[in-house]
Amino acid sequence: MHILSVIRQVPDAEENIKLKDGKVDLSSSKLVVDTMDEYGIEQALRLRDAAPGSEVIVLAIGPDRCEQALRTALAMGADRAVLVVAEPSLDVITVSKVVAEIAKKEGADLIFCGGQQADWDSQALGAATAERLGWPQATWTNVLAAESGKLVGKHDVDTGSEEFSLALPAVVTTQQGLNEPRYPTLPNIMKAKKKELRRNALADFNVTPKLESMGEALQVRSRKRTILDGKDVNTAAAKLVDLLRNEARVI
Amino acid sequence: MILMVAEHANGKLSKSVYEMTEAARTLQREGPITLLVLGKEVSKAAAEAALLADQVLVGDLPALAEYDAEVWAAAIAQIAQEGEAHTILMSATRSGRECSPRVAVKCDAALMEDAISLSVVGDALEAERYTFLTRVTERVRARGPVTVVTIKPGAFTPAKPNGSAAEQYDVELTLPERRLNVTQRMTEKSERIALAEADSVVAGGRGVGTPEAFAELVEGLADQLGAGVAATRAVVDAGWRPYAEQVGQTGKTVQPKIYWALGISGAVQHLSGMGKSKMIIAINKDAEAPIFKDTDYGIVGDLKEIVPALIRELKTTA
Ligand SMILES: Cc1cc2nc3c(=O)[nH]c(=O)nc-3n(C[C@H](O)[C@H](O)[C@H](O)COP(=O)(O)OP(=O)(O)OC[C@H]3O[C@@H](n4cnc5c(N)ncnc54)[C@H](O)[C@@H]3O)c2cc1C
Ligand SMILES: Nc1ncnc2c1ncn2[C@@H]1O[C@H](COP(=O)(O)O)[C@@H](O)[C@H]1O
Repeated sequence: MHILSVIRQVPDAEENIKLKDGKVDLSSSKLVVDTMDEYGIEQALRLRDAAPGSEVIVLAIGPDRCEQALRTALAMGADRAVLVVAEPSLDVITVSKVVAEIAKKEGADLIFCGGQQADWDSQALGAATAERLGWPQATWTNVLAAESGKLVGKHDVDTGSEEFSLALPAVVTTQQGLNEPRYPTLPNIMKAKKKELRRNALADFNVTPKLESMGEALQVRSRKRTILDGKDVNTAAAKLVDLLRNEARVI
Repeated sequence: MILMVAEHANGKLSKSVYEMTEAARTLQREGPITLLVLGKEVSKAAAEAALLADQVLVGDLPALAEYDAEVWAAAIAQIAQEGEAHTILMSATRSGRECSPRVAVKCDAALMEDAISLSVVGDALEAERYTFLTRVTERVRARGPVTVVTIKPGAFTPAKPNGSAAEQYDVELTLPERRLNVTQRMTEKSERIALAEADSVVAGGRGVGTPEAFAELVEGLADQLGAGVAATRAVVDAGWRPYAEQVGQTGKTVQPKIYWALGISGAVQHLSGMGKSKMIIAINKDAEAPIFKDTDYGIVGDLKEIVPALIRELKTTA
C-alpha cells in the first residue's frame, strides 16, 4: 500500500487563542500535530507494517513551521514527508486539489485525513479529495483493518454507526477510538532528522482560493458566573434552586 | 436559484430544513428557492417541503432508499447544474458535511462549512462560522459564482410555512454505483429524550466517580428535570456510558436552554460541543476548574452530596 497521511499543525488544546489585528496569532503558541491526524498517522503505520513493501508519506499544506509537525510524524515512523508551503487559512476545497495531485504523483492508494481539524474546524478535506480523485470515502472511522485487498471497518453516522467494506483506492477520515497513537522515541526523533522532507511551493499547483478570510473574533464569554460555596450542602442546594426559579426563571 | 437539500426521516422534514429556509429567504438572492427531496417514498416529506419553498424537486427512487455520500452528491450536483444554482444549502449534520465537499468540487464551487450567519455583501456571499474548536468566530467570503453552504443546526430561527403549497416536479437522475458497502447498521436508541432536542441536558464527567453514581446522580437529576443525559469522553472511554451520550469535538454538539455539568473539568474539546448552551450550571469540587469560567450558576463542592440535596430540594419545593 502507498499511504498518504495528511496532517495539520494546530495549537495545543491547552493554549489560549490570541488575536492580533483581527487575525488569530499563533506566533507565541505551542503547536502540535492535530490529534485527529495522529490517529491517521498511527493507522497508516499499522497498515504499512502489516503489508511488506508499503510506504507511508506524510503531507502538510501550511506555513514553513509545519516542518516540525512533519518531523514528529517521521519520528512516529512515517517514511518520508512533503510540505507544500501555503497560508494556513487556504480553504479546504482548494487544498484538496493539492492533496489529490500529490496523491496521483506518489501513486497513493489510501489517504488518511483527520475527522475534524482543530484549527479551521473543517471536516471537508477527505471528501473533497476523494471527489477530485474519483475515489470512495469513509468518514469518522473508528475501526479499520485491511482484509484481502479491501478495507473493512466501522464508522459513525448521524443515526449511529455502520460497519463497512471498501475497495482501494479510498479516502478515510479518522475518529476517536481508531487507535492509540504512539509517542516518538528519542532514537526515532534523531532518525527522523535524516528522513526525506520535500518542499513544494503552492505556485506549482495552479490554484485559486475559493474563500477569503474577512477577519476573526474571539468568542466573548458573557456568563453570569454566580458561584456558590458548597460547604453547607443543603444551603447551597436551596440557594441554587431559588436562583434558578426566581432570578433566572428557568425551572 | 437557491437549491436547498432536504434532510428528512420517517416522512418528516428535519428542523434544519426550516432553519435553512429562513437563511435562504433573508438572502433574497435571484431565482426561486428550490427544495430538493431525495429518497424512497418521500411524498409526505415533499408535501411538507411544498409549504416552505417556491418549488420542490423530488427524486423518489428505490436506489435512494439509503443515504450514500457519493450518490447524494451526484444527484445534488446534477440538479444544481441543470438549474444553474448559485447557492446550495445543506444541513451541517455528519452526512451533510461529508457530502457537501463533493458537491462543491463537482460544481467548482466554494464551500462554507457550518455557517451560523449568512449574508450578501456587495454581490458576494459571506458567512460566519466557528473555528479553533468553537473559540473563534471567523467571517469568510466566497469567491466565484457558485457557493455550497452547510448550515449549523440551531443557528437560524426556523421559517414559518407558506399559506399555499408550491409545485412539485419529479426529476430524472443519473446515479453512480455505491462503493461504500455497508454491511451492518447500528442505530442508536435511547429511552430518553434525544440530546439534540432536549431543552435541558444533565451531563456527568469523571468526577461522578463510578457508573453506579452516574446512574443515581446524573440520571436521577435528569429524571427530576425531564432532561437528556450526556457524558464526557473520559466517561465514555471508561465504559461507564455509551458513545451516543458523548458531547464534544468528537461527539455530539448540543445547545440546550440549560446544561448541567457535574464533575466535568471543562476541556476545550468538551466545551466545543456544549459551550453555546444558553445557560451552563456547574458543580465541581475544584474552584479552579476551567468550567467555572464558562458557568452561569455554579457550586464549588462535592457533587456526591450536592446532587442528592438538589434532587431533594427540587422534589420538596416543586
Ligand atoms: C481529539 C480529541 C477529541 C476529544 N473529544 C472530546 C469530546 O468529544 N468530548 C469530551 O468530553 N472530551 C473530549 N476530549 C477529551 C478532553 O480533552 C478531556 O479529557 C475530557 O473532556 C475530560 O473529561 P472530564 O471533564 O469528565 O474529566 P476530568 O478532566 O478528569 O475532570 C473531572 C472533574 O471532576 C471534578 N471532580 C472530581 N470529583 C468530584 C466530586 N466528588 N465532586 C465534584 N467534582 C468532582 C474534578 O475537579 C475535575 O474538574 C477529546 C480529546 C481529544 C484529544
Ligand atoms: N507527542 C505525541 N506523539 C504521539 N502521540 C501522542 C503525543 N502526545 C500525546 N499522544 C497521544 O495522544 C493521546 C492522549 O494523550 P494524553 O493527553 O497524554 O493522555 C494518547 O493516545 C497519546 O498516545
